[in-house]
Amino acid sequence: MDKNISFTLKVWRQNGPKEKGHFETFQMKDIPGDTSFLEMLDILNEQLISERKEPVVFDHDCREGICGMCSLYINGYPHGPATGATTCQLYMRRFNDGDTITVEPWRSAGFPVIKDLMVDRTAYDKIMQAGGYISVRTGSAEDANNILIPKPNADEAMDAASCIGCGACVAACKNGSAMLFVSAKVSQLALLPQGKVEAARRAKAMLSKMDELGFGNCTNTRACEAECPKCISISNIARLNREFIKAKLKD
Amino acid sequence: MATIDSKIPEGPVAEKWTNYKAHQKLVNPANKRRLDIIVVGTGLAGASAAASLGEMGFRVFNFCIQDSPRRAHSIAAQGGINAAKNYQNDGDSVYRLFYDTVKGGDYRAREANVYRLAEVSNSIIDQCVAQGVPFAREYGGTLANRSFGGAQVSRTFYAKGQTGQQLLLGAYSALSRQVNAGTVKLYTRYEMEELVIIEGRARGIIAKNLITGKLERFAAHAVVIATGGYGNAYFLSTNAMACNSSAAMQCYRKGAYFANPSYVQIHPTCIPVHGDKQSKLTLMSESLRNDGRIWVPKKLEDAKALQAGTKKGSDIPEEDRDYYLERRYPAFGNLVPRDVASRAAKERCDKGYGVNNTGLAVFLDFSEAIGRLGIDVVRQRYGNLFDMYEEITDVNPGELAKEINGVKYYNPMMIYPAIHYTMGGIWVDYELQTSIKGLFAIGECNFSDHGANRLGASALMQGLADGYFVLPYTIQNYLSDQITVPRFSTDLPEFAAAEKAVNDKIDRLMSIQGNESVDSIHKKLGHIMWEYVGMGRTAEGLKKGLEEIKKIREEFNKNLFIPGSKEGMNIELDKAIRLEDFITMGELIAYDALSRNESCGGHFREEYQTEEGEAKRDDENFFYVGCWEYQGSDEKAPVLIKEPLHYEAIKVQTRNYKS
Repeated sequence: MDKNISFTLKVWRQNGPKEKGHFETFQMKDIPGDTSFLEMLDILNEQLISERKEPVVFDHDCREGICGMCSLYINGYPHGPATGATTCQLYMRRFNDGDTITVEPWRSAGFPVIKDLMVDRTAYDKIMQAGGYISVRTGSAEDANNILIPKPNADEAMDAASCIGCGACVAACKNGSAMLFVSAKVSQLALLPQGKVEAARRAKAMLSKMDELGFGNCTNTRACEAECPKCISISNIARLNREFIKAKLKD
Repeated sequence: MATIDSKIPEGPVAEKWTNYKAHQKLVNPANKRRLDIIVVGTGLAGASAAASLGEMGFRVFNFCIQDSPRRAHSIAAQGGINAAKNYQNDGDSVYRLFYDTVKGGDYRAREANVYRLAEVSNSIIDQCVAQGVPFAREYGGTLANRSFGGAQVSRTFYAKGQTGQQLLLGAYSALSRQVNAGTVKLYTRYEMEELVIIEGRARGIIAKNLITGKLERFAAHAVVIATGGYGNAYFLSTNAMACNSSAAMQCYRKGAYFANPSYVQIHPTCIPVHGDKQSKLTLMSESLRNDGRIWVPKKLEDAKALQAGTKKGSDIPEEDRDYYLERRYPAFGNLVPRDVASRAAKERCDKGYGVNNTGLAVFLDFSEAIGRLGIDVVRQRYGNLFDMYEEITDVNPGELAKEINGVKYYNPMMIYPAIHYTMGGIWVDYELQTSIKGLFAIGECNFSDHGANRLGASALMQGLADGYFVLPYTIQNYLSDQITVPRFSTDLPEFAAAEKAVNDKIDRLMSIQGNESVDSIHKKLGHIMWEYVGMGRTAEGLKKGLEEIKKIREEFNKNLFIPGSKEGMNIELDKAIRLEDFITMGELIAYDALSRNESCGGHFREEYQTEEGEAKRDDENFFYVGCWEYQGSDEKAPVLIKEPLHYEAIKVQTRNYKS
């Protein structure tokens, strides 16, 4: 059975994008180890509401690691200390009695804070809109088995496609680069015959949108790969660079 | 009394959709540009509809409450999507998929709608592959399939255990392409708060900007709601935290009938409830039942030892295990439909055979599969689910735990049924139009295709069928006579009145200033729903449940506390608005369950069961869709209107998964 733990929680509070933020400290008592990190924040919020104070705002939804809504910098790591897991999949048994746990929002020029721990990630949607798709009309597709795809390619495309768009890669990167996110989508589609037709245009359009929105560039520190909750490989960035160079050579 | 016109086309069931498409009215390209459509929701149904309608040339406004369309809860669907491709050459066909779906729904779905669903299922797979959805493949490069509950063929297409994610990202990419093309305008972090009706037709919505807290008005020629199900009325469910029934309740209060609310699906394979601080339940994909075997101990003393924690599942040898699904349903075994599997688990636990400290869990065991296939193959199929299970429970189901007499026993998973999906929803006709003209409902938020129980891998199929291949046709039949109607001004008195109503409601909620948080009241509602309106229902219990829900409403009105103000972002206010609607929704489920004096699919009334404990339908008296009409106030009981079902192609019979 999991033990209960007590700890100090330092949480970033910020009223709006232009407001000055600060840390607020809370004492958390007897939290069971089988409580998820976000359930622990629920407990904190219930306490705050019972004291007639405003709850801490944070993004969350599916709570099973797939929607990509949850974020949080926990003790200096995006999605906390666990590898290959999102914040909502993190359980309090990972922490010790007497710990101090620091919780901050994603900090990146591309993701301005909305309130407290909630940030604005619409930049990701804009990058997707610039070219993260295959141009096919509804109803115009041929029979699915007419396109044969070798299993290794399909598997590799699936691995790239498992990106949940949470933004941890940007938050982890000292340059605030969105290269891992962009490369995952470019790779997924470039690996499939259906996606090859537009591969060059896609790589260029998504990268130039990324630059335009204020994300930095890649200097191969691999922090993104280390912190990605879905373990997306930076080999995708290499593939993106190849696609981009191919596109440029054609120009 | 109102009459129901389901607008089912003439002709044999297999020709209805073709005939409909051949004769429906269309809108020409120049006129499409002059017509606006609001789509609320960006899940599989909403995103695919918005993308397809935008591509056709309509001007589309698409809303979602999350920060991006890609967060919609369709993303969490794990197992797969059905289609009648018959790529496995195992005897599948459109008719068989149609038949299995109607049978799986316990003969309470509308035949014509289900046939159309089966018919367009193959186009969905083609469409998704063309979009770059990375479905699992065989070494020859063709698409792979697996089998799912309620079917004897392998017709389920999948992308690891993340099929919903990949299909939603496909629809999201199609949507993103239309946003880029300027045909769809996207509103994220916006929540629909009211439907605007002008001269009897849906003409717009009032939506709240969740960041600024401001109410905004949006006008259109038609409104489509694609806002998912109402499972969170039970507080604990596998739904995401923000899933809610508010848009559906707004439509219901404006006169849209709500159909079959009692048909709630309880999924058999979820991680059991622990502690009272839990915020949601986690689903373990039904695909696990392909290789996992479900069991409890044969001996009561073993169950007691498991409950006390003095024994582990792996301590119990093969001969002392009761694989109760294989025992009771030899033909389908562990792959019986969800409602049957859930009730069987409850039956064992009610008899005292539950295997965790609360006595409310059964085992799902992979020892046999690992022995047969090896751990590598099993991990390849279910590795991400095993990891997810371990992260939550600290137990690794792929780990060898014990060897007894040369038989290797691996750690089993513990599972228990939980609220998962709602088959009931806003009533729609064959065209997916509600009882309000110009208001359409698609995906889980309508009622039409799953009857009283949905088969696994059919939700994704229905969401995409509605959004890509049905609504884009049928909505034109409505819009074709709207081409001379100019765009509406949001200054019309109907918009002002709707906005004022929402504002008044917000002021009322903010001014209660009691002592209870939204979540604490929601939890109480959830307990009542699970206790009295859950897996096993009785007339007495449902009456008691209705009384208790009434008390919750009083408590909500007297003692709710929302901190902060209505200006700017207020997450507690947004939750409170949703909770008020869940209370009304909960009552509606109970009213329907009480009026349906039979057991069918997800609706199980303990008074109506066979000697073997199977659901006992009453086709003579209940062969209808139960449509509920709002009576002007949440305090008043709704009125039941019946849409009789007519089956032409399928003979209605007792569901049998035994032989």
